[in-house]
Amino acid sequence: MFCFCRRVWRAGRAYVEEGLLKIVVLVKLVPSSEARIRIAADGRSIDPADVELLASAYDEYAVEAALQLKEKFGGEVVAISAGPDKAAEMLRKSCLALGVDRAVLVRDPALDRTDTLGTARALAAACRRETPDLILCGKLAIDQENAAVGPQVAALLDLPHVSVVSNLEPSSESAFVVHREIEGGMEEIEVSLPAVLTANKGMNEPRYASLKGIMTAKKKPLDTVDLAALGLDAQAVAPKAILVSLKTPPVRADQGIIIQGESAAAKVAELVRLLFEEAKAL
Amino acid sequence: MPGTILVFAEQREGKLKKSVLEALGLARELAAGAQVVALVVGDGIGSIAGDVAKHGADRVLACDDPSLALASADYLAPVIAAMQSEKPDLVIFPASALGRDLAPSLAARGGYPLVTECLGLVRVGDGFEATKSMYGGKVIATWRTAATPTVATVRPGVHPAVPAGDAGVVEAMTMIAASTGRVRVKRVIQAPGEMVDLQEADVVVAGGRGLQEMKNFGLIEDLARAVGGAVGASRAAVDAGWIEHHHQVGQTGATVRPKLYIAAGISGAIQHLAGMRSSGCIVAINKDAEAPIFKTAQYGIVGDLFEVLPLLTAEIRRVRA
Repeated sequence: MFCFCRRVWRAGRAYVEEGLLKIVVLVKLVPSSEARIRIAADGRSIDPADVELLASAYDEYAVEAALQLKEKFGGEVVAISAGPDKAAEMLRKSCLALGVDRAVLVRDPALDRTDTLGTARALAAACRRETPDLILCGKLAIDQENAAVGPQVAALLDLPHVSVVSNLEPSSESAFVVHREIEGGMEEIEVSLPAVLTANKGMNEPRYASLKGIMTAKKKPLDTVDLAALGLDAQAVAPKAILVSLKTPPVRADQGIIIQGESAAAKVAELVRLLFEEAKAL
Repeated sequence: MPGTILVFAEQREGKLKKSVLEALGLARELAAGAQVVALVVGDGIGSIAGDVAKHGADRVLACDDPSLALASADYLAPVIAAMQSEKPDLVIFPASALGRDLAPSLAARGGYPLVTECLGLVRVGDGFEATKSMYGGKVIATWRTAATPTVATVRPGVHPAVPAGDAGVVEAMTMIAASTGRVRVKRVIQAPGEMVDLQEADVVVAGGRGLQEMKNFGLIEDLARAVGGAVGASRAAVDAGWIEHHHQVGQTGATVRPKLYIAAGISGAIQHLAGMRSSGCIVAINKDAEAPIFKTAQYGIVGDLFEVLPLLTAEIRRVRA
């Protein structure tokens, strides 16, 4: 099972003597948020034509957080993705070129139509080989928007987790204090390492790759592993929730009206009347 | 014979979430003669458990303990205990910060199917079929589960709540697993009770780049107060630092479905529309008649928001008075 060497936090200094902070970042390849999404002929997948694929936006905050921690305290950052062959390119461009040390792509046909738990099982197995102190990922992937894989990796590895984190600081020996967004506010939470944290927007400003970074990335290790290499088989990632169909959302039937009037006051009076009497929205 | 449905009846600071009553409504609809069991977890939750019992739960399990005063991952242990005693075939969580945390953990620990952010949820065969929004609202997906128990999180504002009726039975739940202490909530920095919750609000008033500077968000806040609504913001306003991220509506913020959404000075980028397009009624106020927000809005006013917003606040106050 999971077994970590104890690492001692020294104020203002790195995790000295006992080793350095080791961070795994989980990154998913997804269509760009700008992409026009068309449903493929099978009715349950996205037509890949002309769809730009990128690292999911929130995962970029996780990568940046990992790099900042490494710069401050020393250590190693490993990016792991479960995805198609194209995810290798993303791992180079959005992780290795920015300063991530190594990358691992979990590539297996059995993962193509799996669910969050199948993905989490593959990623948890890949994390287990790395024995990290900290696992970071985005709060959700902007394609399927489940926000489940981070907490599920934590559960499978029996690690504590905090989701939707906007700020993180080491607090003491082997612990971080983080701010987590909840409805209308924030929680301040202390979490023991090793732990899983999922990144919210506002955690940091992700950097851009430098030319040097892009050149170095070409030489950095990027391993591709299949499920068998992780000690899993297709059965372990067989989906329990199956995506059966995709539809475009219904178009709003009500064609909107632009309220006319001689003055702003007249327009406002008409709007308020419509809201109370027609729409009954107030 | 359909099995029991377990509803996680979330409370924060002694207040029951509206989304819990909606989850109970959905459970009642799906129960088809089977029992609806609600689980309330916290410290000093007796009266809340009583409330839950009046809103569609046949039985309420109350896990009441001083160590459970603050919502945290420690709430998972009572859920697992309830799973063992009730053997439900569906567990419903509100898609809240807490629900989104507990549901995936529960599914991973038990090896259960998980469907998230459900808009619709129906029984199909031995399992369930759930619809949810994906790709920033550009697609509605249908997911099917076969194995049970299915774990589901349900979007607030979609299902009708159950009106108060005959009270079910409240039972104390004694089992509490000791906290692992690995996740310690130190404090809640802004009490959620102090402001209207964006995702539970009936009215959201949102401001964008058109506000020009931070202090002008006061105009949005004034209108929100007048209508008893929550304050939202576009990404541009959040990125400019005028307002905190937890007010952001859109693909990288909250998804809201209020009865009324008022967008002022928001152009209506697709990422923003993804977070609010399912609102009941959308009002747009923008000086640019070509702004895409007008295509999604039911009512639009082309005009200067610095003139329109104070007039609108005053007019609503006048009509309500």
